[in-house]
Parts: sequence; C-alpha cells; structure tokens
Amino acid sequence: LLTDKSGPASLPAEDISANSNGPKQDSLFDDDPEDLFAEATEEVSLDSPEREVLLSDGPSPAITPITPPTSVITPKTCSDPFLLTLYSCFLKIEEEEGGDSFDMHISVSDPEKVGDGMNAYMAYKVTTKTSMSLFKTDEFSVKRRFSDFLGLHSKLASKYLHIGYIVPPAPEKSIVGMTKVKVGKEDQSSNEFVEKRRSALERYLMRTVKHPILLKDPDVLQFLESSELPRAVSTQALSSAGLLRMVNKAADAVNKMTIKMNESDAWFEEKQQHFENLDVQLRKLHASVESLVCHRKELSVNTAQFAKSAAMLGNSEDHTALSRALSQLAEVEEKIDQLHQDQANADFYLFSELLGDYVRLITAVKGVFDHRMKTWQKWQDSQLLLQKKREAEAKLQFTNKPDKLQQAKDEIKELEGKVQQGERDFEQISKTIRKEVSRFEKERVKDFKMIIIKYLESLVQTQQQLIKYWDAFLPEAKAIS
Amino acid sequence: SPRAVNVDLQTDATLQVDISDALSERDKVKFTVHTKSTLPNFKQNEFSVVRQHEEFIWLHDSFVENEDYAGYIIPPAPPRPDFDASREKLQKLGEGEGSMTKEEFTKMKQELEAEYLAIFKKTVAMHEVFLCRVAAHPVLRKDLNFHVFLEYNQDLSVRGKNKKEKLEDFFKNVVKSADGVLVAGVKDVDDFFEHEKTFLLEYHNRVKDASAKSDRMIRSHKNAADDINRIASSLYTLGTQDSTDLCKFFLKVSELFEKTRKIEARVAADEDLKLADLLKYYLRESQAAKDLLYRRSRSLVDYENANKALDKARAKNRDVLQAETSQQLCCHKFEKISESAKQELIDFKTRRVAAFRKNLVELAELELKHAKGNLQLLQSCLGVLKGNT
Repeated sequence: LLTDKSGPASLPAEDISANSNGPKQDSLFDDDPEDLFAEATEEVSLDSPEREVLLSDGPSPAITPITPPTSVITPKTCSDPFLLTLYSCFLKIEEEEGGDSFDMHISVSDPEKVGDGMNAYMAYKVTTKTSMSLFKTDEFSVKRRFSDFLGLHSKLASKYLHIGYIVPPAPEKSIVGMTKVKVGKEDQSSNEFVEKRRSALERYLMRTVKHPILLKDPDVLQFLESSELPRAVSTQALSSAGLLRMVNKAADAVNKMTIKMNESDAWFEEKQQHFENLDVQLRKLHASVESLVCHRKELSVNTAQFAKSAAMLGNSEDHTALSRALSQLAEVEEKIDQLHQDQANADFYLFSELLGDYVRLITAVKGVFDHRMKTWQKWQDSQLLLQKKREAEAKLQFTNKPDKLQQAKDEIKELEGKVQQGERDFEQISKTIRKEVSRFEKERVKDFKMIIIKYLESLVQTQQQLIKYWDAFLPEAKAIS
Repeated sequence: SPRAVNVDLQTDATLQVDISDALSERDKVKFTVHTKSTLPNFKQNEFSVVRQHEEFIWLHDSFVENEDYAGYIIPPAPPRPDFDASREKLQKLGEGEGSMTKEEFTKMKQELEAEYLAIFKKTVAMHEVFLCRVAAHPVLRKDLNFHVFLEYNQDLSVRGKNKKEKLEDFFKNVVKSADGVLVAGVKDVDDFFEHEKTFLLEYHNRVKDASAKSDRMIRSHKNAADDINRIASSLYTLGTQDSTDLCKFFLKVSELFEKTRKIEARVAADEDLKLADLLKYYLRESQAAKDLLYRRSRSLVDYENANKALDKARAKNRDVLQAETSQQLCCHKFEKISESAKQELIDFKTRRVAAFRKNLVELAELELKHAKGNLQLLQSCLGVLKGNT
C-alpha cells in the first residue's frame, strides 16, 4: 500500500493503515493545526517475508514505548517479538562497542546520466560489501538516483527523529548544479559538482548504516538491496533541507512558548549548551576552511599564469643560460600549480566537507533535543487538561446530570492514560537521546581524528613534492653563468 | 641595513653610500643617507644627511635632464613609499576591535605591524639601491648634484612638482612615446643596436607581465596563509571547549597550523623579495635602457637631419659654416652616445644575469628550506597524533 500524504497541514491521522511502518499519530495531533510533521509522513508497507520479525501487526517500533527506565528489560519480562529483536540489537552493539567490528563498506560510484534535457537525472551505483548476516550476499550493487536518497532520508526522519534518534541528514539539493548537468554542460564545474555529490552521498550512506538502529531498518535494507525502488514522490517537501527547516520552525515555536521547561536533568542542559557552542565554532571553522579552498584554487590559477609568463620571459631573454633557467622555472611553477590544485581538493573533500557534514548533523542533534521539549510539552498539556476535566467533574458532582458525569469520568480515565503515556514517552525519548548523544560523540571523535590525520598526510605529500621540484631546479639556477 | 639585493655591485672604497637609518612619520619617510669616501670632493671622510623621497626624485630627474648623461642608463628612480594599503588595514582593524577576541586582535595587529615593517624595509632597500647604482657608475658618481645630495646637510628645498610642471612632464612623455614609435621604426645600420632594440622592446613587456603575475600569485599565497591563521584560532577555541578526547587533538593541530602558517607567510614574503622585487626592478631598469636607446635614436635622427641641412646649405651656398658646425656637433653627440650606450647595455646584461642568478638560487634555497621546515613540523605532529589515537 502506498498512500501519498499531500494537502493541508492538519491531516486527519485515522487513514493510517495498521500495516504501516510510519509513526502512528495520536488523536491528540488531530486538533493541532500547528503539527508541522503531518506532511512529513509517507506511508509505505513492505511485504517481504524475511522482514516479518520486524513488521509485526502491532504498533510500529517507532512509537511503542519501552517500559520506563526504572525497570530493566529482560527477555523474561518482555514478550513483544520486535522489542526482543531491538533489545538484542542494543546488546550486540554494546558488545561490539569495544572493537572496530563494524564490517560494512558502501561505495557510491559510476555516475551516469540517464535521459535528456530537463528530465534527465544522474544514476549512481551503490555497492555494499559486508560480511554481516543481515544480508543475503556479501557484495551487491543497485542503481539509485538522488531523489531515492532523499526519499530514504525522509522515511527515516519521519520514523525516528521525533523519538530521539539522530538521523543523519541527506546531502543538500542544488538546482543550479543539477541544471548544468541536465543541460549537458560537460565542463569542469559540472564534473566537480557530480563528484561533490557522489562523495556526499557515499558519506551519507556510511553514516546512516553506522547507526545500529537505522542499519536494520527495512527501508535502509531495501534501499541497499532491492533492484527496483518505488519512486520517492514529493521529495521537494521531504528534502533534507525542507525537513530541517521544519525542525527548526518547530524549535522556534517551542522556544517562543511562555511555558519554559523545568529542566530537572542537568545533563540535558549541559549537552544542549555544548552543542550550541560546537555549532558556532564549527561554522566558523568551516567558513575559514572554505575560504582556504577558494584561495588555494586562486593560487593554483595564478601560479599557472605566472608559469606561462615566466616561460615567455625565458623565451625573450637573450642570455642563453639564463633563458634556459627561466624556462625551467616556468616548468617548476607549472608542476606546483597542479600541486596547489590537488591540495585544494584535499582541503575541500577531507576538511571542508567533514565540517559541513557536522554542521548539518548538529542541526539534527539540536532537532532531537527540541523534539524532547515538544514531548514534554505534550505531556504537560495533557496533565493540564486532566486537571481541568477533574475540576469540571467535581463541579458536575453537585448537579443532577448522571450522563454528563459518566462522560466526564470516561474522559478523565482516557486522559489519565494519556498522561501516563506522555510521561513514558518523555522518559523514553530522554533515555534514547542520552544513548544517541553518547554514540554520536564517539563517532565524532573517531571521524575528526581519522579525517584530520588524512588531511595532514595530504599536506605532507604536498611538501614532499615541493622539495622534489625545487631540489631539481636549484642546480639549474646555479648553472647560470 | 638592507643591502641592495637586486644589483650586483662592486663596493668601492673611494665612495660607499648606504641608508643607515629611516624614520616613518605620518605622511613621509626620512632616510638617513650615510657616506664614506676618500675622495677629495668632500669636506669629511664620513658624514650623514637626512633625505626624503622627493629629493631622490629630484636627483634622478636632474640626471635625466642632463644632456651629458644621454649616453647612460640612468638608474631608475625608487618608487614612492606607499603605506596607504597597510595603514588602511591597520585602521580597519582598529574599527573592528570590538568584534573579535583579545587574542585575535593582538594576533592580527602583530601581523599588520610585521607587514608594515616589511614594506618599510623594502622602500629603504629600493632607495638605497638607487644611490648605490649611482655611486658605482664611473661618471654619475662624480655628478655635482649627487655630491650636494650626499653632503648638504640642509633641506634641498626641492618641493614636489607643481601642477604645471607635472603637466609639462606628461606632455613630454606623450611626445616621447609617439617619437619612440617613430624612431623605433627606423631600422638601425648597426646590428648590435638593432638587436638590442628588438630585444628590449619585447623583454620589457614580458618582464612587466611576469611582474604583475608574480604579484598576484604571491597575494594568493598570503591570503591562504591568513586563512590558515584563522583556522588555527578556531581549532584552538574548539580545543579549549571540547569535552571529549578531541580537545587535546584540536590543540595539537592548532599549534601545528600556527607554526606552518608562519612558514607559509615567510614563503610568500621571500617570493616577494627574491622574485617579485627582482622583476619589478628589471622592469624599471629595462625602461631606463629603452630610454637610452630612444635618446640615441633621437640623436641619430638629429644627425641625419643635420646632414640633410648641410647638403641643402652647400647646395644653396648659404650658412655653410653654421651647418657644418651643427653637423659636426650632432655627429660627435651621436658617436659619443653610441659608444657609451654600447657599454651600458653590455653592463646591463651582465648585471641582469648576475642578479637573476643570485635571486633564483636564493629563491630555490629558501623554498627548499621552508618546505623542509614545514614537512618536519607536519611529520612530527602526525607522529604524536597517530601515537595517541
């Protein structure tokens, strides 16, 4: 079943099929015109037999709250088959935490233009190499286009963001860049654009599968394995940037509320501040690195121009030995301009893109914290409503309206359930966020260390080449007599 | 004091000139010109005077205007000291003080002050090299104006040219270049000068282009070094803020980039000194050589005109003596200029080759030194970082 949700924001939630893997919207959402996430839902159901364990008929994993953190979940106390699988996933990860036993490598390659004109698109080959038992074979490939990646992200975001999971954002859309490619401009800038995108898509997938929960999501598995993928529609609204914008709007809305959340947990306050600071600093660093990329490219171009000029000067110089030395200088500078170009690429693909990725990731992290606040707000709202209903019921006690009194008592019962649910949701999301942040920080440390070391190695290479070139030139200069 | 780097000059005990000190005031620079001489022309053996840029220009122009020196390459005038760009940057920095941290401000201020100092040193060097070239020239060193310049310890009162004089200069140059085209078109009987003409015209243009391109290249280099500076600062802040393992990592990398960017800045500065300044200097010298060729061509044209006038006079049998004298003068002038010009151009080539050799060797040596320094820093940092991971 594929139902496309489009239309006004206040979409009734009752249409969601029981087989869906999307989030089940509480009826509380019905009356909420401000629910910006109604649009974010895309229902897809999968009928693959292997996935039975994950596709229970019961409520989707995304919204089933795990019992409060005070009790420990053990296979004995929990009978839900899905929860058992989820729990064992968590265990496995904790076991593997010590070593680097994540054995999966995804590459995005062979960009190929499909079609012509404005309907053309780039198809990328997505190859997965893994020894994990989750997959049928240990190496397999599929063809995917950019909107497929966006579609994957939108599904994951709609399922996991609002319950506290940090879903890696998909690469940004670029109308200008893509138009050039469509129009068939086979020049350096469109080649660079495709390479930038290919690299970004690869990093996106690797980050996604490194997340233990997301890796096992059926949409992810389908994306990696299935030769045919239903075309993701309305990716305009569902694009990563669009989603993040909605997340940020929600964040602003929450912040503007007069009811400030009583943060009883200092950990959250501290972490939020930490990510706030990190965001500011990473953006600043990113801007400086982007500037470096730009200036390094300029340096390459200007060095090439100087090389040509030096060659001309050498040609017109009438002293033979000096003329030869100037030509050699021109050759050295030409080689150096290529060196600068290569270094600019390293500056970009290693350093700059790392920072760009993390700036976007931190926006997702901040979004998750905001969801927690929203969850808290929901809980508080239902508590307030319960109180009102109780007061109303108390008043009704003194009137002779037995039907109304019964109705009030029923409503109260329902609300009491909601309040309990609200509290459970809040505790669950808080627990999830703690785990997620811990995992995120570990990844961040690993990522930064690994990539910065690679970057420094690129700088080493450049210096070694420079030494080679100038070493070869020196005797030529000395030979001038 | 900065030694003249672009010109390979023999230092001669009979006359040694240098700029021993310089003072930068708000809108002018005061150079202390120091002379050591055994020549009888001077009252003392060692003495100093204070001179400003305009006085150097006056001296240069007096050479150019002197007919007796028509056969020499007049050492090019030093460019006007230009601190405008640097001053503007310092001012902008002052205005933006509120928007940056104290560390950043101090850092940038130090950077700009170093830049200011570098420009200052350069202008001193360029004024000095002019004087040294004059002092090394067998004829110019005897010039009276030069001696006055060196010795007279009062203000020479050479106010800058007023508007009228500047306009006159402008028209003189226009006429000269129009003439230059005319005269350049006349094929020279003498192979040596014909070759030199072709050579210098092309060489001058190519040196001009190379000079401009080298400036652009070096500016990009400086910009990249500035970016690395900012990156180092950001990494430092990240290092102090981070609560994870990364804090030590960031601090170490920040420290590395602080050091490598100093080296990058040095590379740009050395390229500026050894390459850009060299090209700029030979741009000016090749212009001076072209001017010499022009003067010779002019005197050839005068000589040919005098011949024609003599023939006419003889034909009409009028004012023959006058015409003969005039023709002889022109002939003598032309031959004198040709003789000294030949030697000057040969010397020019010798100086040029020596200067390029010296500078290119030093450039390569410095590039190697800096690359090796950079490499060592990078490798040692990588060793630490990998060891701790």
